[in-house]
Amino acid sequence: MTDPRGPRFAAALTALVMVAVLVTGSGWLALAQAVVFALTAAQPRLGPYGLVYRTLLASRLGPPAELEPLAPVRFAQAVGFVFAAVATLGYLLGSPLTGAIAASFALAAAFLNAVFGLCLGCELFLAYRRLTGRPLAARVPVS
Amino acid sequence: MDMTGLIVGGVALLAASAYGLVHRRRAGRVRAVPATADPVHPLLAELGVEQGEVTLLQFSSAFCAPCRTTRVVCAEVARTTPGVAHVEVDAESRLDAVRGLDIWKTPTVLIVDADGRIAGRAQGAPTRAQVLAAVAPLLPTPAEKNSA
Repeated sequence: MTDPRGPRFAAALTALVMVAVLVTGSGWLALAQAVVFALTAAQPRLGPYGLVYRTLLASRLGPPAELEPLAPVRFAQAVGFVFAAVATLGYLLGSPLTGAIAASFALAAAFLNAVFGLCLGCELFLAYRRLTGRPLAARVPVS
Repeated sequence: MDMTGLIVGGVALLAASAYGLVHRRRAGRVRAVPATADPVHPLLAELGVEQGEVTLLQFSSAFCAPCRTTRVVCAEVARTTPGVAHVEVDAESRLDAVRGLDIWKTPTVLIVDADGRIAGRAQGAPTRAQVLAAVAPLLPTPAEKNSA
């Protein structure tokens, strides 16, 4: 479980970085953001933006009113990684339009999360599953 | 300065703002479902909806913060309003019901009347007032209760 203000702060930082990527057209900056996404998806406790939030802000804001599970955060970060990775490849391999479009998707998603508290993953995930998926087996306890 | 990036990024920010504003305005609004003569949907009973009560049938998924808000609101209304029940369904494990009942997003709340007919649906987290306003016309009036 995590303080939901952490991921929202991370989304705001991500949006700023993606704006910088789009303004400069820098593939290396896109790569840096892709690494941040990958780290946070793999190990949310080690996410660089989350560390900034916890060391600089959390203590000044007081305890959170509610906690949220980490699974959605990791899912969103994994989706963000795909966009940032495509943006990196686009810029570094000479297709800046591809880079700009992929970076814009990441920017739009981060912006919606930061400003509106809206998770695009929630919005699209079920539509995607109902179009493609068969019902998943319900989760059962291991033991 | 990268002009392509500025233009594409600007369009993305405008589109995201428009989507966010429309979404905020619509979230939780309960749309009335026109009454039909169709028989009661067989999936409802299978999902745990019991006739005789007004049921808030909530579809949720794991990747969904508003689902938790919705759960708190619906559970609270069910607890404090006699004749109202709350049933939560994990959308992912019941894709058959998701398709059959035309659910596209989580959270979606179907408001099922005491006869088992779907009277309303809301996408996004509704407020307590929105849920109460939607269930009130479906509950028996005190006079009806006394005569029953």
